[in-house]
Amino acid sequence: MSASTGNGEAKPRVGLFVTCLVDLFRPTIGFAAAKLIEDAGCVVDVPMTQTCCGQPAYNSGDRADTRAIAKNTIEQFEEFDYIVAPSGSCAGMLKKHYPALFKGDPDWEKRAQAFSAKVHELVSFLSDVRGLEVTGAAFAGSVTYHDSCSGLRELGIRAQPRALLKGVDGLTIAEMQESDVCCGFGGTFCVKYSDISNAIVEKKTRAIEATGADMLLAGDLGCLMNMAGKLKRKGSKVETRHVAEVLAGMTDTPPIGGRG
Amino acid sequence: MQITSPAFKDNSRRALADAQLQKALGNVRSGFIDKRLKAIGDLPEFEELRESGRSIKNHVLANLDLYLEAYEKKVIEAGGKVHWCQTAEDARKTVLDICRRTNARVVTKGKSMITEEIGLNDFLDHHGIEPVETDLGEYIIQLRGEHPSHIIAPAVHLNREQVEADFRRVHSGLPADRSLDEPEELLGEARRVLRSRYFDADVGITGANFLVAETGSSIIVTNEGNGDLTQILPRVHIVMASIEKIVPTLNDAAQILRLLARSATGQEMSVYTTVSTGPRRPGDPDGPEEYHVILLDNGRSAMLGTEFQDMLRCIRCAACMNHCPVYHAVGGHAYGWVYPGPMGSVLTPSLIGIDKGGHLPNASTFCGRCESVCPMKIPLPKMMRHWREREFERGLNPAVARYGLKVWAFFALRPKLYRLAASFGIPAMKLAAFGRQRFGWLPFAGGWTKYRDLPAPEARTFMQQWRDRDAVGKQRAA
Repeated sequence: MSASTGNGEAKPRVGLFVTCLVDLFRPTIGFAAAKLIEDAGCVVDVPMTQTCCGQPAYNSGDRADTRAIAKNTIEQFEEFDYIVAPSGSCAGMLKKHYPALFKGDPDWEKRAQAFSAKVHELVSFLSDVRGLEVTGAAFAGSVTYHDSCSGLRELGIRAQPRALLKGVDGLTIAEMQESDVCCGFGGTFCVKYSDISNAIVEKKTRAIEATGADMLLAGDLGCLMNMAGKLKRKGSKVETRHVAEVLAGMTDTPPIGGRG
Repeated sequence: MQITSPAFKDNSRRALADAQLQKALGNVRSGFIDKRLKAIGDLPEFEELRESGRSIKNHVLANLDLYLEAYEKKVIEAGGKVHWCQTAEDARKTVLDICRRTNARVVTKGKSMITEEIGLNDFLDHHGIEPVETDLGEYIIQLRGEHPSHIIAPAVHLNREQVEADFRRVHSGLPADRSLDEPEELLGEARRVLRSRYFDADVGITGANFLVAETGSSIIVTNEGNGDLTQILPRVHIVMASIEKIVPTLNDAAQILRLLARSATGQEMSVYTTVSTGPRRPGDPDGPEEYHVILLDNGRSAMLGTEFQDMLRCIRCAACMNHCPVYHAVGGHAYGWVYPGPMGSVLTPSLIGIDKGGHLPNASTFCGRCESVCPMKIPLPKMMRHWREREFERGLNPAVARYGLKVWAFFALRPKLYRLAASFGIPAMKLAAFGRQRFGWLPFAGGWTKYRDLPAPEARTFMQQWRDRDAVGKQRAA
């Protein structure tokens, strides 16, 4: 890696892996991520031929398609100093599972490992790699933070978002019970086993509402859409946003699933 | 035992609608998770012990034949006999032969999941031999004609009031006004009723938490002491164990014991840890006349050398199910066979086939909490994914899912087409929301919208907007 800027050297180039859900459903998160990365002293590039990290195929047992998608992703992103995704789940896929997919492959194993070493989830990139402590954003209100599973358990993201949120002017954090327990999304799980998924997200939204917080934050749009969808169905006033939106001060758009 | 795993979805719907069950499942979370956390917090070397336990088991699995033969040699030296049983049927027949030869009418049983696996109780009943479960939880579900819903707390699906009602129904002849309000009172009554049965029994069957190659011993852990009475009082003691229970030395067993109770119940040690080696020796004050070990394979050796080998490290502590959001939602019976929760979702397809057990490795969010608490560091989600791969290769998953996936992958692999489709589809979806930020219903999205709203797309895709920003130099498109 050629990365670090040091004193006036070239800024590191970051390939933004937008993730398919952010691309399709919530571009604001992508723009918030780009702003945060740029503010952290990097140049952001968005390869236009990216699609998805391949998890839907991977977790459905379709290894051949997963490998094909992974090769595309690696080819488009391996030139960058860093690859950053605003999602613990997608970053976990790129960082932890891509190398496993090509284990024993003479052409691709090393390439996948070199690629994966440069992959980071957005908030841990800002915090752990760029050493960011304050983003300069302001937000008047109380938030509660859900630890999405892949980010938490595959990438060890727990303290970083809370540390950055504490630096947001006017923001207070109200922790929910069992913030580390799954929200019931699980990719296709939430539609294949919708009854069970519903039972899990029902418990989760009860824990969210019990905090009295104005807003729910997390680092993964899949989980957020699941929890926001449930909160709105229940008629809850709690609003839902990706943590990057708050950290970037981009809270002028309607929250996920709307208000009220 | 009847396999209902193929009906997992129906099973879970019933479980979700069962108010008694849902109430009881609340105890799983409060009863196990906090206690485990405290117990491991008090042991600074817990993480190192996990690593050590993992290597002990990995070493055993790499040399399984060697240790099993060494173990058998020691059992024989101590005066016992080892019966190598490849299938459930072999094991059942061997038990029956021993019972018949010794004219056994009543068999007491300590807690053993593999007797569930081979359907031993029904089989013995069918042949006129009465099995008596002596573990409190097992005793309760035997009264009810049920099967365990949890591997260490078999009656965890029940509430105290249900057990009280069962005891009042079955234990006739006791004062009707006796109090059974406290769990201790239930335990006391079961203990009094069971006491005479220990003396009736001709054969005692226990499971094994460990088999020790060094000494030819079996080790069981219990909290009620029922295992001791089961293996000491009858004339014949049968140890039922599957082949992966072996450890090289007593020292190895001691290391894993430090992980087991902490991970299981949050105790430092179970109340009783009992080592038994062979039958009564001359001069021993008690003990059985005969000592048999049923060494069951039943599909396990076929897991060696496959991507499922790591599953054979499992020490049956149940931490995985105690921490599983799916288990918390539906309980153990929904899984439809002997082993529930994440460990069951990996093991069950190995033992009954992926064609029957296919739902189980699919019914996971891959949240990874099971792996994070597993004392033997078994990569449970990874192995569930391997099952999904086997299923996919054999075309066993539903056609709708297969074709849906293929269509999606077709686009995901053709970025230009994907962009084009998204640039039409997403604005169209946005229009269909009529200015609202969410959908209450959408065609083909019933699995989602049955229970929650679907947030609507914000506007055009990120890629469309980013291209504009790049092209025109605008900060953000509309």
